[in-house]
Amino acid sequence: MAAILVYSEQADTALELVGAARGLAPQLGLTVSAAVLGAEAAGTAAAAAALAAHGAAPVYVCTEPALEGLDTAVVTQALAHIVEQAGASVVLLGSTRRGRELGGRLAQRLGAGCVTDAISLTVEDGLLVAGRYNLGGATVQRETIATPVQVVAVMPKIFEAGEPGGAGAGEAVVAVSAELAAPAVKVVDRRPKEGQAVDLAAAARIVGVGRGLAKRDDLPLTEALAAALGAELACTKSLADFGWMADDRIVGLSGAKTAPDMYLAVGISGQVQHTVGIAQARIIAVVNQDKDAPMFALADYGVVGDLYKLVPALVERLKTL
Amino acid sequence: MDIAVCVKTNPDLQLMRVKDRAPVLEAVPFKVGDLDKNALEAALLLRDAAGDGRVVAVTVSEGDRKIRETMKEALAIGADEAVIVSDPALDQSDQAGVALALAGAIGKAGPFDLVLFGEGSTDGYSGQVPSRVAELLGLPEIGYARSLQSTGAVLRAERSMGESIETLETALPAAVTVVSEINEPRIPSLMNIMKAGKKPVVEYALGDLALDAAAVAPRRAVRSNLAEEQSRKHVLFDGEPAAQAEALINALVAEGVLGR
Ligand SMILES: Cc1cc2nc3c(=O)[nH]c(=O)nc-3n(C[C@H](O)[C@H](O)[C@H](O)COP(=O)(O)OP(=O)(O)OC[C@H]3O[C@@H](n4cnc5c(N)ncnc54)[C@H](O)[C@@H]3O)c2cc1C
Ligand SMILES: Nc1ncnc2c1ncn2[C@@H]1O[C@H](COP(=O)(O)O)[C@@H](O)[C@H]1O
Repeated sequence: MAAILVYSEQADTALELVGAARGLAPQLGLTVSAAVLGAEAAGTAAAAAALAAHGAAPVYVCTEPALEGLDTAVVTQALAHIVEQAGASVVLLGSTRRGRELGGRLAQRLGAGCVTDAISLTVEDGLLVAGRYNLGGATVQRETIATPVQVVAVMPKIFEAGEPGGAGAGEAVVAVSAELAAPAVKVVDRRPKEGQAVDLAAAARIVGVGRGLAKRDDLPLTEALAAALGAELACTKSLADFGWMADDRIVGLSGAKTAPDMYLAVGISGQVQHTVGIAQARIIAVVNQDKDAPMFALADYGVVGDLYKLVPALVERLKTL
Repeated sequence: MDIAVCVKTNPDLQLMRVKDRAPVLEAVPFKVGDLDKNALEAALLLRDAAGDGRVVAVTVSEGDRKIRETMKEALAIGADEAVIVSDPALDQSDQAGVALALAGAIGKAGPFDLVLFGEGSTDGYSGQVPSRVAELLGLPEIGYARSLQSTGAVLRAERSMGESIETLETALPAAVTVVSEINEPRIPSLMNIMKAGKKPVVEYALGDLALDAAAVAPRRAVRSNLAEEQSRKHVLFDGEPAAQAEALINALVAEGVLGR
């Protein structure tokens, strides 16, 4: 029987994909298998064991030295080899930056059609249908792939990892040896990001800040508002581009997709690439000095005015709550 | 340093409307892809730092998009030459077909030391095209570069990936995609806009690249493309800032999203 093959360099994303694959497999008449790649046997063993425990059977493990650094061209070769060995007709990748880069390259090598950044996976008329944002996030495009092998890169945190168990749980880990070319891209340096990591996707309240903020020195103003609201601080891509805030605080198409109880947008124009990340918010509140800002079209509650007056007034009011 | 920059023509999404959940694209003007402008800027800086070479903007037609005007803009921004692949067979194609046409055109107009892309196109934002072209041309690939330097033989890039920042090096030729923070794209000067009309533009049909309609037939089918339903309350509070703040906080408390 043909297989769904799951791969992500992120262990938690790979487990989510196995969860998704277990839901889809019976409808597609496929089995679920997974791949783990890395230069170190020690690092891959734990990931393989977890995937096997969650029902991927078998888990293909490749630990060739060329995989050091996970160069996309080398990972492509290794996965193409495993796709053949596994008889996979569907490949699910995690749509992290690395996975998104991998998707097109692997699909090209396999002569396959590909969908990246999928936010939904369903089976309709026996076909796998992947939904993804299109037109900057204004619409959701639902697509099927017509090639014998289908490659889909799925956004992290869309599916649940699910419980351990499933067919053949814990059964087979298969060591794969493949002839891989040495990576042409060398990792000269890899350093962790500074600042506290934040998980906006899980935040209950978020204050989002945009270019209405005139300068970096004014950030404490909005930090005070976020603190008073018990909210996480987030931003538009512009502020991250300026280096004022870390990439993981971006909300939108190329950042976090959030679903808070409350999203307060301060000095944000409301372009679709940003608002796609707050469509699932329960209540959206808006502070903007331009009454025609597109952001107001998404507002449950809004105030037209200068954030430099309104933010301190909000902080003041919250003290008496 | 000879650099190919892949430039896509996109609808201006800020001028697009949604009616009955469907995007209305008629009469929406076209423009050079946002991130493709960053890629062009990066190419011009690398060319100038190297002291010689050429920057060639390469595009593939997609339906009735005004690719010739976009190429004129790319030339006005500073590209030295433009290469256009235009063929009716591409109208129904997808990223796989576009990548075949791009790889063919780059191969024919080259050789190049570097092929630059945006990390995603303004409308589709799939990121597939660069990876497919890199695979077709057998090039090493660096995605999401936020800085780029070249010594002539070696390219050095920095990129931000999830939890870490990476510095990477590869020998040229290579394929690279850029993110928007890599630079601030220049606005074309009047002088360069005038000069753009005189720069060389080469056009290919699929046949010139040993491709045909079957080769670029789509690998995917679209079932629907609709906006998600949104219903919001649209309540605005007027008055002095203190009164507005009072009203807004009260509303949030009443919604149960604030306070106890
Ligand atoms: C491929 C692609 C992907 C993208 N991905 C993302 C993404 O994931 N996330 C994202 O956010 N963006 C993304 N963008 C960028 C997006 O298109 C917008 O450029 C960006 O969101 C705009 O940010 P902004 O609202 O901060 O700035 P602007 O659009 O400049 O808006 C600033 C707003 O502040 C208001 N303002 C100014 N001064 C004041 C004041 N004193 N008081 C109150 N209001 C004031 C103005 O009226 C204006 O509405 C992407 C773009 C592309 C092309
Ligand atoms: N039709 C096209 N012509 C030229 N370049 C393109 C075309 N489509 C995509 N590209 C390039 O590929 C990048 C990523 O596009 P995409 O894969 O559609 O997200 C763009 O930023 C362009 O550099």
